[in-house]
Amino acid sequence: MCTVCGCSEGEVKIEGHHDHSHHHHEHDEHDHHYGNGPAHAHAPGLSQARMVQIETDILAKNNEYANANRAAFAKQGVLALNLVSSPGSGKTTLLTRSIEDMKAQISIAVIEGDQQTANDAERIRETGAPAIQVNTGKGCHLDGHMVGHAFEHLDVNDGVLFIENVGNLVCPAGFDLGEAHKVVILSVTEGEDKPLKYPDMFHASDLMLLTKTDLLPYLDFDIEKCMDYARRVNPKIKILQVSAKTGDGLQEWYDWVKASQMMNKIGS
Amino acid sequence: MHEMSICESIISVIEQQADAQSFHKVNRVRLEIGPLAGVELEALKFSFDVVCKGGLADGAKLEVIELPIDAWCMQCAEKTVVAQRYDACPTCGSYQVQITGGDELRIKDMEVD
Repeated sequence: MCTVCGCSEGEVKIEGHHDHSHHHHEHDEHDHHYGNGPAHAHAPGLSQARMVQIETDILAKNNEYANANRAAFAKQGVLALNLVSSPGSGKTTLLTRSIEDMKAQISIAVIEGDQQTANDAERIRETGAPAIQVNTGKGCHLDGHMVGHAFEHLDVNDGVLFIENVGNLVCPAGFDLGEAHKVVILSVTEGEDKPLKYPDMFHASDLMLLTKTDLLPYLDFDIEKCMDYARRVNPKIKILQVSAKTGDGLQEWYDWVKASQMMNKIGS
Repeated sequence: MHEMSICESIISVIEQQADAQSFHKVNRVRLEIGPLAGVELEALKFSFDVVCKGGLADGAKLEVIELPIDAWCMQCAEKTVVAQRYDACPTCGSYQVQITGGDELRIKDMEVD
């Protein structure tokens, strides 16, 4: 399956990923090792120092995986959304509620990224939706390679794949997973200036969900200011205010998902 | 922390190139990095030494060429350079500025044996 893998030492685990090994690529049960291969090339010939022009994008390899994922998603008519936020913004709560509300109309699957534990995937499975947990070990983000392997275990023909990234507003911004959109989630219990503090993530996202809006009466969070900051960093960003607890604003979020799903299919 | 995985990507490009361009030792690597690439240079340099241990770039020197954030100001209809993503045009003060570069993360060249 892996045509462009460069796996080796690592602490990444993908739930249910079974034993197989091919060339320098090893997976033991539930374990998936990432990094560079053991094959250190020894080329004969030249011993004199010389300059080699490389001009290669360092993330080119991740981009190859992301493109392979994009092709796989397109083939199955899947809309992939990469959900990014800081830890504790309420991603999983929002997801479980969204799945409950939409599962009658849309087939949904989830890839859960966390450093450790399969707790979140279990929470998703309780809704009846298939979920695969990816544990990144020391890693601070999901990459295209992990998502590709996790997707092999999911069946969401013509559905929506939510990829819940590791809670981190920095690193996941730089790694394309092959998704159609990044959706950044910011809870109103955080600072309203987060879009300015972590501009890369808000710049990379197409939609911002302001969550936990039911708590606004108890907080000093200035929602107008927050939206202004987000648009300064990304003039094109769309913004929705939602509460997974009361259900406020969720219908618009579902409409956005369905509209994106339709747009994703048109012309693909 | 993702500087570590970026270094692993650098090593994998080096290993690929070692095959393609027939070399067995890397003495110096030059990177081009823009301020919007989201890379902390000190962390990158630290990780690079660690990741290179025992491989064909063991002990290699890492040099970073820092690129500017290139932009296009629609009011001036000219190229300009800004310091961060939501800055105004330094010439006319307009916010109608489109970022055109600054997210580069590239290996430029290497000195090899």
